[in-house]
Amino acid sequence: MIARVVVTPKPLVNDPQGITVKQGLATLGFREVSDVRIGKYIEVRLDAANEHEARQRVEAMCRQLLANHVIEDFHFEIESEAASKR
Amino acid sequence: MKFGVVVFPGTWSDRDCGWVIDQVLGVQLQYLWHKDADLKGCDCIILPGGFAYGDYLRTGAIARFAPVMEKVGEFADRGGLVWGICNGFQILCEAGLLPGVLTRNASLEFRCEWTNLVVERNDLAYTSKCSEREVIRVPISHGEGSYFADPATLSRLEQNGQVVFRYCDPNGNVVASSNPNGSMHNIAGIVNKRGNVLGMMPHPERCSEPELGGSDGLKLFRSVTESAMRVLAS
Repeated sequence: MIARVVVTPKPLVNDPQGITVKQGLATLGFREVSDVRIGKYIEVRLDAANEHEARQRVEAMCRQLLANHVIEDFHFEIESEAASKR
Repeated sequence: MKFGVVVFPGTWSDRDCGWVIDQVLGVQLQYLWHKDADLKGCDCIILPGGFAYGDYLRTGAIARFAPVMEKVGEFADRGGLVWGICNGFQILCEAGLLPGVLTRNASLEFRCEWTNLVVERNDLAYTSKCSEREVIRVPISHGEGSYFADPATLSRLEQNGQVVFRYCDPNGNVVASSNPNGSMHNIAGIVNKRGNVLGMMPHPERCSEPELGGSDGLKLFRSVTESAMRVLAS
């Protein structure tokens, strides 16, 4: 299975990268942009008996390493390999 | 009295720390490799600056898994002196030995410059040679040194007096214009509640000889040496 993990800065955390990119977009004329937040995308390929098990394992991975709970939130999707090959 | 300086792949300030310990202070120095599972009888462990394991994922995130870190954690739990400088501070936060986290500088720039620090506590093993609220000049050299903690943690740190160093102006005023990285409350260094684990972003090892533009950093090394000697003598 593949887990597609997205890690984002928590709302309270200052994100200078996001602010700078927002300014860049405004310079290009995208003045409708009110906020930009920059995070990380992580793909994890894993063996699991079923989606429920995979979900539990990936949740634990995020808590223990992939995200730092002080500054980051995370969410993820699980896809079976067969589905991803289609 | 023996200092242990931990070397991870990607550490770059280990020799600078070693030089101060060995050549300037003249006390015993032991380099500890990240794979070592023994602290070799050291009285103070330094986690020096650099980019341990390339700072992959987040600064300090991978270093905490090094075999030596398990021993460092146990040593800290027993009250041993653990001193994280720059990347070492980041590692201590990721390892959960200190609260909070160091994030990207507000300016997004790597800042390499002199800073003034007000010493908020001089009752610690690390600062006993500093006078009360002394202002010391110590350089920083980092891209991710903006200290962040959630509001509850931050107020706990303040209430417990765990903030040891704050960026300030030359007169000791803690003002926004003297904050080089956007750290909350101008925090440059904190200690755990027990007072034995210190993390700081500025580099005292880079200002321990007048030839380097200042020697305020040596006060911290001397403080640790004297404190450790006192413990050994008792």
